[in-house]
Amino acid sequence: MQKFRFSRKSLGIPYALYLILFVVAPLLVLFYYAFTNGEGRFTVANLTGFFTDPNTMGTLLYSLAVAFVTTMVCLLLAYPTAYILATSKLRMKGVLVMVFVMPMWINFSLRITALKEVLNLLEGNLAMYPFLNAVVGMTYDFLPFMILPIYTTISKLDGSLREAAMDLGANEAQTFLKITLPLSVPGIISGVSMVFLPAMTNYVVLDMLYNSTYIMGSLIGSYFSAYDWHGGSMIALVLLAIICIFTLLMGGDSEENARGGALL
Amino acid sequence: MKKTVKIGYIALILLFIYIPILILAVYSFTDTANIGAKGHFSVKNYITLFTTEELLQMIIGTVLLAFGVAVLATILGTLGALGAFYSKKRISSAISVLNQVPVVNADVVTGFGICILLVVVFGVSKDTYIPLLVGQTTLCAPFVYLSVMPKIRQMDSSIYEAALDLGATPFTALWRVVIPQIVPGILSGFALAVTLSLDDYFIATYTKPATFDTISTYVVNATKGSQTSIKTALWALSTVIFVLVILFVLVMSLRSAKKEEG
Amino acid sequence: METKENIIELKHIGKSFDDGFAAVSDFNLEVKRGEFVTFLGPSGCGKTTTLRMIAGFEIPSEGEILLNGQSITELPPHKRPINTVFQRYALFPHMNIYENIAFGLKQKKTPKEEIDRRVTKVLDLVDLEGFEQRSVSTLSGGQQQRIAIARALVNEPQILLLDEPLGALDLKMRKEMQLELKSMHEKLGITFIYVTHDQEEALTMSDKIVVMSEGKIQQIGTPEDIYNEPKNAFVADFIGESNIFNGIMTGKLKARFCGGEFACVDDIEEGTHITAVVRPEDVIFTEPGKGTIDGTVTSVIFKGMHYEITVQSGKNEMVIQTVNSAAPGDKVGMKVEPNNIHIMIAEDHTNVFNADINKAFHLEYNGTVLDTSVTRIIKGSKRMEDGTLIDGHGEVVDIDRTKIQISIRPEDIDMTDNAEEGLVQGYISNLIYKGDHYSYVIHSDLGQDFIVDDEDLWNMNDTVGLIMPVEKMKFAVKR
Repeated sequence: MQKFRFSRKSLGIPYALYLILFVVAPLLVLFYYAFTNGEGRFTVANLTGFFTDPNTMGTLLYSLAVAFVTTMVCLLLAYPTAYILATSKLRMKGVLVMVFVMPMWINFSLRITALKEVLNLLEGNLAMYPFLNAVVGMTYDFLPFMILPIYTTISKLDGSLREAAMDLGANEAQTFLKITLPLSVPGIISGVSMVFLPAMTNYVVLDMLYNSTYIMGSLIGSYFSAYDWHGGSMIALVLLAIICIFTLLMGGDSEENARGGALL
Repeated sequence: MKKTVKIGYIALILLFIYIPILILAVYSFTDTANIGAKGHFSVKNYITLFTTEELLQMIIGTVLLAFGVAVLATILGTLGALGAFYSKKRISSAISVLNQVPVVNADVVTGFGICILLVVVFGVSKDTYIPLLVGQTTLCAPFVYLSVMPKIRQMDSSIYEAALDLGATPFTALWRVVIPQIVPGILSGFALAVTLSLDDYFIATYTKPATFDTISTYVVNATKGSQTSIKTALWALSTVIFVLVILFVLVMSLRSAKKEEG
Repeated sequence: METKENIIELKHIGKSFDDGFAAVSDFNLEVKRGEFVTFLGPSGCGKTTTLRMIAGFEIPSEGEILLNGQSITELPPHKRPINTVFQRYALFPHMNIYENIAFGLKQKKTPKEEIDRRVTKVLDLVDLEGFEQRSVSTLSGGQQQRIAIARALVNEPQILLLDEPLGALDLKMRKEMQLELKSMHEKLGITFIYVTHDQEEALTMSDKIVVMSEGKIQQIGTPEDIYNEPKNAFVADFIGESNIFNGIMTGKLKARFCGGEFACVDDIEEGTHITAVVRPEDVIFTEPGKGTIDGTVTSVIFKGMHYEITVQSGKNEMVIQTVNSAAPGDKVGMKVEPNNIHIMIAEDHTNVFNADINKAFHLEYNGTVLDTSVTRIIKGSKRMEDGTLIDGHGEVVDIDRTKIQISIRPEDIDMTDNAEEGLVQGYISNLIYKGDHYSYVIHSDLGQDFIVDDEDLWNMNDTVGLIMPVEKMKFAVKR
């Protein structure tokens, strides 16, 4: 008789260890660094510092504003696009959707370079409109991430629901408001969570557009450049808290493989 | 809504997305370094792109890194998904919660965390490439896990048992029967990992060796710099990638169209 | 007489899962070489778990499995000379038919020529000659089924396990495959262990049936035994259609149930509580008053070969199959031949009766509202604002079609002289001294008999009220 049985469960051990080592441990280390100072002593100075310094608080509010406006602009642009794409009866619909996805396979840095040149041409001096450029840059980068989940959700809606509403006397506008829009909320949520958080943190878009304003991500970047691990960790923790709150508000793991779904 | 309005709207959004890329593509074939200025047709940007050692090394390095990371992430993510699926509920939900962390987390935070852990706490040199590999693998493996998991769920759970029943050892049953069933998930996970690694900026910045650059980090630094010939060569790079993507999409849609007909 | 050896023996097998659920307990079975044994029972009765323990997919928590006298209790599945036909066939979708069938032989490193020869032979056996290069997805359900059988049989197993193999087929196909499996079994002489919830399938195909419920064997026997001599109410109810009544022996070869006293052939001591089973085809109609009991026809359904007629007699319902029609509302008499009444000694004397749900969602029995809430009885149910009741699955509870089955133990009922005080009224129709208490049978005004245990002596034929405390009742939902 065989004593040891090869078990399928044990296949998960390497990945479980990997997750503990490189997902859990970094979070613990961030925690440790956020609440210690250069001499390794416990301190809450980083925390209180964050919430009392008008600069960091200003950055927090500014990045919330950028993220909020970017998300709204993306939603307003993406929803009609997704709706039109999903409800059209075109034979080449699949190809058209691909056309919207394609830019995502071009490295973002090259795309933002292209945008920068165009904005430069239009505005003359990029530094004149920092907020506008931040929103335009982020929108340009993240728009497909908003279009795709909404498109997927509307496509999957049972067509007979709309037909039933029309059959019961609703016109196109009423059908949209009472049926399609409420049922596409999961797609909207998923799109919002893929735009809002990156828009608070993806500071390299601003950097590339010669933007001197700071968002939350920029703070980590500058602490990193200054080798200040403690300050950077505190910013990371604050971001983590915001991400947690945001994810909970958006209904947990509803986005599942949203980013992956968008890319493939 | 009228049909023309719909088409007009779609066209506008597409213009917003594609005009910058197209303008860049046009200017990449000129000798001017200023968008909007008049220039003459020239392929010097392409010559620079394909002859400058630094640029070529950066491109090759990026691609090699992406495939290396994708292999690591695919192995880890696939094993993880299989293990989690067959584990007890508590363990499997613990794995899937942890798996979700890098997915929802901001890349800045993931990269910064890995950097502190490996470089600051454990003193691993960035020049070993270990922090970079680990960092990007941490970003990519969860996506492999997420694309493999549905395939495992869809699979008829009794085919593994059928293989055992017919005398296969558990390992043979897994290798010959289970893995072939989930290959589509593994492949799309791999492709996803490649894409994520190619597009990554933040994790690379925080963990890469000082002498190594990916396309992302290189381009970001180049836009800040003032070397005009490099700047315009990157326009050429953007155009080359754009053409490659178009070709890829064309081939894919032709193939799927053929499949539908057949 | 030829005595065949046991090919497989299950001794005191038990299986509990991690969550503490005991799927199988104290399962004992001996199977002889070449037998066709069927595990029969409703879903969740543990039949599949038992099969999986024989296959090696589950390891018993207790007990031992012997194959040819050797323990294989913990032997992994790939080392057992036993093969399985799975419920949904479990064919490998990425392999063609040849590769599927050859899979087991390849694991044993069988030479190529022999594999070819055996695959051809087994395809011939299942009537699918020349299917070697076909892919799984091009086959119909019935063909996949045959390939699954071929894939198992090609390994020449000592035992073939079949886990509801016909469940996914349509009715006509199922009947065909039943006969085919049966003839395959006779031709090959391999031991078959078959799992099904379909009693007709079990009766048609098996040499021996193991009826299971809630992880326990209820009865082991030939199809005839099981049908004609069910050992308990569960088996009687599960095999074929049955009228099942609680009753009591009232004299030598006399039993009282369904509101009447019937002659029977089972010699059981007077005063014993019994369960009586009457098959619907065994009830004979008479003129009203000329049978053992009378009743009113409540429904008549034409079933093609016969009518299924339901007759209400007091609080009892009798289902009858007959070739003669009747009309709802007809008054009829009914009798049953003594040898068609199957009497079993009741294991449990719990009184069971049905209560209605009234419009206010309270339980009502015999005109009395019980002091309990329906939402507590129906798991997860909620009163909605529009006045309906939603059950745990979010479905509306139809109060006209939902009954609550109340059970209460004999010692929890009290008798009172003041009949109006009781939930039910009736007279004492039987009493028997049980050493430290008396066991009474109260024949209620509703026609149902209640069993009450009491330490005091009451007189026969006394009119009494039965007090049943709500907190002692157990409730179950019936639809």
